Amino acid sequence: MFIVEMQSITKRFGDLLANDHVNFELRKGEIHALLGENGAGKTTLMRVLYGLYHPDSGVIKVKDRPVVIHSPKDAIQLGIGMVTQHFALVPPLTVAENVVLGYQNSFVLNQAQIEESVAEAARRFGVEINPKAIVRHLSVGQRQRVEILKALYRNAEILILDEPTAVLIPQEVEALFETLNHLKQEGLSVVFISHKLHEVTQITDRITVLRDGRVVGTVNTTEVTQKEVAAMMVGRETFGVSRIDTDTSDPKPVLEIIDLCANDDKNLPVLKNISFAVSEGEILGIAGVGGNGQKELAETICGVRRPTAGKVLVEGQDVTGKSPSDLTRAGLGRIPEDRHEGMVIHLTVTENLVLEHLDEFTRNGMLDHKAIRQYADDLIQKFQIKAKPNDITRTLSGGNMQKVLLARVLARNPKVIIAPQPTRGLDIGATDYVRQQLLEQRQRGAAILLISEDLDEILALSDRIAVMYEGEIVGTLPASEATPERLGLLMSGAVKEH
Amino acid sequence: MEAKRFPYQLVKSNTPPLWMRPLIPVLILLTTFLITAGLILTAQANPFRAYYFFLISPLSSQVSFLEVLVKSTPLMLTGVAVTFAFATGYYNIGAEGQLYAGAIAAAWLGIVLGGVPAAIAIPLMIIGGFLAGMAWALIPALLKVRLAVDEVVTTLLMNSIMAYIVSAILNGPWRDPTSGWPQSPEIAENTMFFKLIPRSRLHFGFIVGIVAIAVLWFILTQTSFGLKMRAVGLGKPAAQFAGINVGRTTLLAALISGGIAGIAGVSEVAGIQYHLIGDLSANYGYTGVIIATLGGLNAIGVFVASLFFGLIDTGAQTVSRAMGVPVYLGQVTQAVMLLVALGMYLLQRYRIVRRA
Repeated sequence: MFIVEMQSITKRFGDLLANDHVNFELRKGEIHALLGENGAGKTTLMRVLYGLYHPDSGVIKVKDRPVVIHSPKDAIQLGIGMVTQHFALVPPLTVAENVVLGYQNSFVLNQAQIEESVAEAARRFGVEINPKAIVRHLSVGQRQRVEILKALYRNAEILILDEPTAVLIPQEVEALFETLNHLKQEGLSVVFISHKLHEVTQITDRITVLRDGRVVGTVNTTEVTQKEVAAMMVGRETFGVSRIDTDTSDPKPVLEIIDLCANDDKNLPVLKNISFAVSEGEILGIAGVGGNGQKELAETICGVRRPTAGKVLVEGQDVTGKSPSDLTRAGLGRIPEDRHEGMVIHLTVTENLVLEHLDEFTRNGMLDHKAIRQYADDLIQKFQIKAKPNDITRTLSGGNMQKVLLARVLARNPKVIIAPQPTRGLDIGATDYVRQQLLEQRQRGAAILLISEDLDEILALSDRIAVMYEGEIVGTLPASEATPERLGLLMSGAVKEH
Repeated sequence: MEAKRFPYQLVKSNTPPLWMRPLIPVLILLTTFLITAGLILTAQANPFRAYYFFLISPLSSQVSFLEVLVKSTPLMLTGVAVTFAFATGYYNIGAEGQLYAGAIAAAWLGIVLGGVPAAIAIPLMIIGGFLAGMAWALIPALLKVRLAVDEVVTTLLMNSIMAYIVSAILNGPWRDPTSGWPQSPEIAENTMFFKLIPRSRLHFGFIVGIVAIAVLWFILTQTSFGLKMRAVGLGKPAAQFAGINVGRTTLLAALISGGIAGIAGVSEVAGIQYHLIGDLSANYGYTGVIIATLGGLNAIGVFVASLFFGLIDTGAQTVSRAMGVPVYLGQVTQAVMLLVALGMYLLQRYRIVRRA
């Protein structure tokens, strides 16, 4: 009855328990959603099934037979196919060539014959695609169809789709769902990894919700409401906040974002008319599942991504499209999202500390080494950075790297602080330190924009919470009204509150 | 079942231990010796004697020692030139063409500055060569900064273009009228670099090379422009995030790089050949890439690496002359040593550990 059974799967990465005794059962001919926030363990579980990871413990059964899957090759042999967001296609080759690539044993390629067999497979599975088309000329949705066809051509009976809609436009999503329904009729079993509630409820038969590496439960899609599933997915107690409510009767907006739009690296709109304001002494938390435009929002405000429309104001002064150094001068404290990309990790701690304000340490083009050293010593002491001034930054722990960045930004007492994912990948001690620093800055009167995928963090620190979904702010709530259920519904795009 | 795997593996370690550093040159020599000893034996020569002539003998007499310095002069300049670019993450492979651009300028200025006192003519030639090298470096640099065109390809292709330009000039307007050789007319005496030591080939260009090394050190470590260069070279996104103008820094570094390569051309024309000739550079521009890399993109490293290359260049000739073995044996040894040195440079960042 079950085509795949995963029993008590545990997978660790260092200290992180990505899958904690996870049980997962897939029926023949069903579309089964794996739902959860980022880092809940969905993708890890499916990578275990596809042979990309080896479980630390647990049993996998395919068609009631216990199997050990060493590699994707083994998985394919067992009839398992996986399509990720990152397609493994060769752009200059045709669809047919891509489909048979690595699956064709004869030395001589008979172009006409492979095109015919790929066309035949496409017809049989109801995947609409021209086998002669060059992959480079295809849209993202069509490329995804090629990937699906590739798996089916290899006789997959179990198809794993990892966030298949993340890269698609709505019309393509419709087409994908049609294909999936057709495949279901043919008796295929599909695992649909997602964090978007409305898609999951539209297409799937059953839903397994994961949270923090554990299964919260498996439900029949028709028997639950979106609200119930959202609560399962987020499912926290409202957090015991470490923030003290301050009463600012007349809040003065310091950072104002007005109708901000921007495109992503593929030149598609990724920020759609974002508007909000952050006041003096306020932390505005931006919650949302990763990949909904948070990264681009931070980049655009920080001057490393060009806005296509809209305005960024700091204390009423228009800083839209200004260079990073102008922004720093205007009082914008910018903490980069990626520590490794935000600092030149091969330079010393000292050099990184002064990099943003080189002009102040330069006399006639020459570096004032004495002043630089003095400045670095002061900051290392003040921010308790465990490093010597001349240590290469790369050799520092993640927590100390983040302290270097915080020191660089906070030492200037900026009026506005942009903090995207400030505690990602840090241990508990360092996380507490960073949060404490942000709260101190709030106390000082800074306007802080905290962007985080960690809901605990958002709930612990924010005065107000805005939720981002597909490049839009879909709702803004005061912290006191932010219940997990409401946040969950907003984060998964089920509702909008304005 | 998994196949039985080799019980040891290489693991990347962040920093090589300090005690390794002085050991590395010794290891390079030893490895090269082991690899080439067989070859030398087949040429019926004693490998130990051959290595004596290769590495020790050039340093044992004043004449050959000065020759080592002569050989390292253009290498110092191209090494510094390439380092400027590489330190900024701009992979200028075009020092060879930029060198010839400077050489053309020098050959021309050497004629037109005939009546001018040397104290004025020689600085003018150096400036002229710098500007010419810079001009030749400008096109690829602009393409990189404005349109993100890969500089490795463009600078390399510019070398070929320059080779044909030089050939066209030498076979056309500048063909020597008396001998008919493809070489430019001799430059005026007052524009020739003076000798540092009488009756040797060691000329003023060596001082220029030392100054270039000093300038490199000064800019990289003492100026804010140098820190910006290194920041851009080591982490472009981070440099941009911190407010450094990445495009301008890259452009400036690329132009300085081209200019210094141009000076290498001036030094060869005014110090050694006194003509522009097609074989002016023995691939000094490309060797500069190796020197910059082996020198770890810092001034002292580049200085040591260019002296070392001067030594093995001289040694290769000494061996063949003293032992009657073919010249190519010296060249082969040189090439093997290069590969071994590059390999060691890479491998010093790894440790051998037993598989768990």
